[in-house]
Amino acid sequence: MEEIQSLMQGFAIALSFKNLLLMFTGVILGVIIGVLPGLGGANGVAILLPLTFSMAQTPGGTTSAIILLSCIYWGALFGGAITSILFNIPGEPWSVATTFDGYPLAQNGRAGEALTAAFTSSFVGALVAVVVITFLSPVVAKFALEFGPPEFFSVYLLTFCAFVGMSKEPPFKTLASMMLGFALAAVGTDPVTGTLRLTFGSTHLLVGFDFLVAVIGLFGIGEILLTLEEGLAFKGTSARINLRVVLDTWRELPKYWATSIRSSVVGCFMGIVPGGATPASFMSYGVARRFSKDGEQFGTGKLEGVIAPETAAHAAGTSALLPMLTLGVPGSPTAAVLLGGLLIWGLQPGPLLFIEQKEFVWGLIASMYLGNIAGLIVVLTCVPLFAAILRIPFAVIAPVIMVICAIGAYTVHNSMFDVWMMVVFGIAGYVFKKLGYPLAPLVLAIVLGDRAEASFRQAMLVSQGDMTIFFSNALVGSLTGLAMFLLVWPLLSLLIARMRGD
Amino acid sequence: MSEESSAREQRTVFSLKTAEIGVALLFLAVSAIVVWDSVRVGAKWAEDGPETGYFPFYIGLIIGFASLFNLLRAALIPAEKSAAFVEVGQFKLVLAVLVPTAIYTALIGWIGIYVASTVYVAFFMRWLGKYAWWSTAAVSIGNSVAFFLVFEIWFKIPLPKGPLEAALGLN
Repeated sequence: MEEIQSLMQGFAIALSFKNLLLMFTGVILGVIIGVLPGLGGANGVAILLPLTFSMAQTPGGTTSAIILLSCIYWGALFGGAITSILFNIPGEPWSVATTFDGYPLAQNGRAGEALTAAFTSSFVGALVAVVVITFLSPVVAKFALEFGPPEFFSVYLLTFCAFVGMSKEPPFKTLASMMLGFALAAVGTDPVTGTLRLTFGSTHLLVGFDFLVAVIGLFGIGEILLTLEEGLAFKGTSARINLRVVLDTWRELPKYWATSIRSSVVGCFMGIVPGGATPASFMSYGVARRFSKDGEQFGTGKLEGVIAPETAAHAAGTSALLPMLTLGVPGSPTAAVLLGGLLIWGLQPGPLLFIEQKEFVWGLIASMYLGNIAGLIVVLTCVPLFAAILRIPFAVIAPVIMVICAIGAYTVHNSMFDVWMMVVFGIAGYVFKKLGYPLAPLVLAIVLGDRAEASFRQAMLVSQGDMTIFFSNALVGSLTGLAMFLLVWPLLSLLIARMRGD
Repeated sequence: MSEESSAREQRTVFSLKTAEIGVALLFLAVSAIVVWDSVRVGAKWAEDGPETGYFPFYIGLIIGFASLFNLLRAALIPAEKSAAFVEVGQFKLVLAVLVPTAIYTALIGWIGIYVASTVYVAFFMRWLGKYAWWSTAAVSIGNSVAFFLVFEIWFKIPLPKGPLEAALGLN
């Protein structure tokens, strides 16, 4: 069991005092970010990423930096549940499904139970996903070592086609939004020949659009504008969790083992295949309702209805790091931001990472176990504190968040131009969200655009412009084929529905 | 609020249809720009492989193709089904944040991020939150001081500063 040995070495790295401190800092920051409107995993990590630039230069610093950032991500995943259950406001898109049963439970005075169930099942989901990462990622990485440019491009293609095929937004909007991301990524200096393109003489655009600025604007400013529309008052129930409630709820949870397993499987699958945490949570809520013997009572405050989406969302959010580490293809916007961080620190995500940066990879994986334990402890003990943050009036918290976003955008390149771009992206995020243009593929395309283009052009060079290279062997052929199938899936499902309907 | 003014608040600024068509047209414009510039830098096959515009050219084409569909779908929304994209009351709130934010961004370059943030937070609290002067001042100034400590002192990341910091010798 080589993995176990590597993992133990990873624990040795992650268990240093400094890294443990970073873990708790990260988790607490993450929960706060998850609770605040307008800040979430993706833009929270994006804002804090520039702070790690200097940290990553010290020996072993990249591991500490990724531990801090990934723990912010776990914290944000936990934090989403608090706002959904206590305030009926999903702090994160993946906690929308948690509101269905979580909020009614809180209204019935069972907030403590709902929160305990949510946190515990989040933890279980994450744990399953980390175990999957521990044992599956070395295998995937070894397999991917053989990949050449055509294989990598077909993996990118599969990622993006999966968005079109599985998104619940209209497929052509997904396509338009994604391609806009690629176009934004193409702006600036051509990575291969060094020629300038799409800059129109602007010196600001020489380096292109930075995805961090885009993420901060799209998710941060856009979200605040949307929240504003819905009114400024947060009406929430208060909650206190004491040990009795926790233990009582834990005694009840094993009853729902089947739901937990199903939701973990759905979550892991949707996280690895770039579907993301949000669809995973809805899907697993739906599955749980269908399988449960009192499924009709879902929505009135069933504990199972909290367990299912939370387990799946956390499993998906965690397992989204598997393709990010092994293939360099992130499964969620936050994983995309983390991938961007790796690139900025000078690490090449992908199969070679597992050979060249063993300490980094296993330190990170070990920190996933520890970070989620830290997260569970923090959220169970500090819920009232975090809930109090939401009671800060919007007129105070909104401008402060805006200031944080502006600072985050500025520190990316120390440029005022980026702050203006953030405002523009914010307006775009607001309009796109209202019209159902999905933001996740847009962000992923900005992050991956250059790499996808490079692998496409390398493949084209090998084949001298012959597109059949993407079908030249069984592996690349089946990846491309699957991608094509997912791309036309919306059309197929429409046809099937038509045929059944008539 | 009287009934009349509440009805005014709920009037539509843009209909969903207008917004859909507008955004689809914007996407078409982006598509045209990308395709045009890609052709300018060369989108064909050179001796040493694909030219600089080769990849973006097709990206631009796909944007155009997808947004034509979106435009068509938007144009086919029947008028009675087109709900409000944004109502007057909502639009006012959104502008009440957006306009100050734009002014704030302009101010950062001029008087530095700390003073600008103080003004910005104070404006929000006083104007939208109707807070008393003393609490407004305490929160807005405290907020900027906290950020100053975190960024300039702790993380040693210099943020834009203006005349006030210069006068205080904090540069």
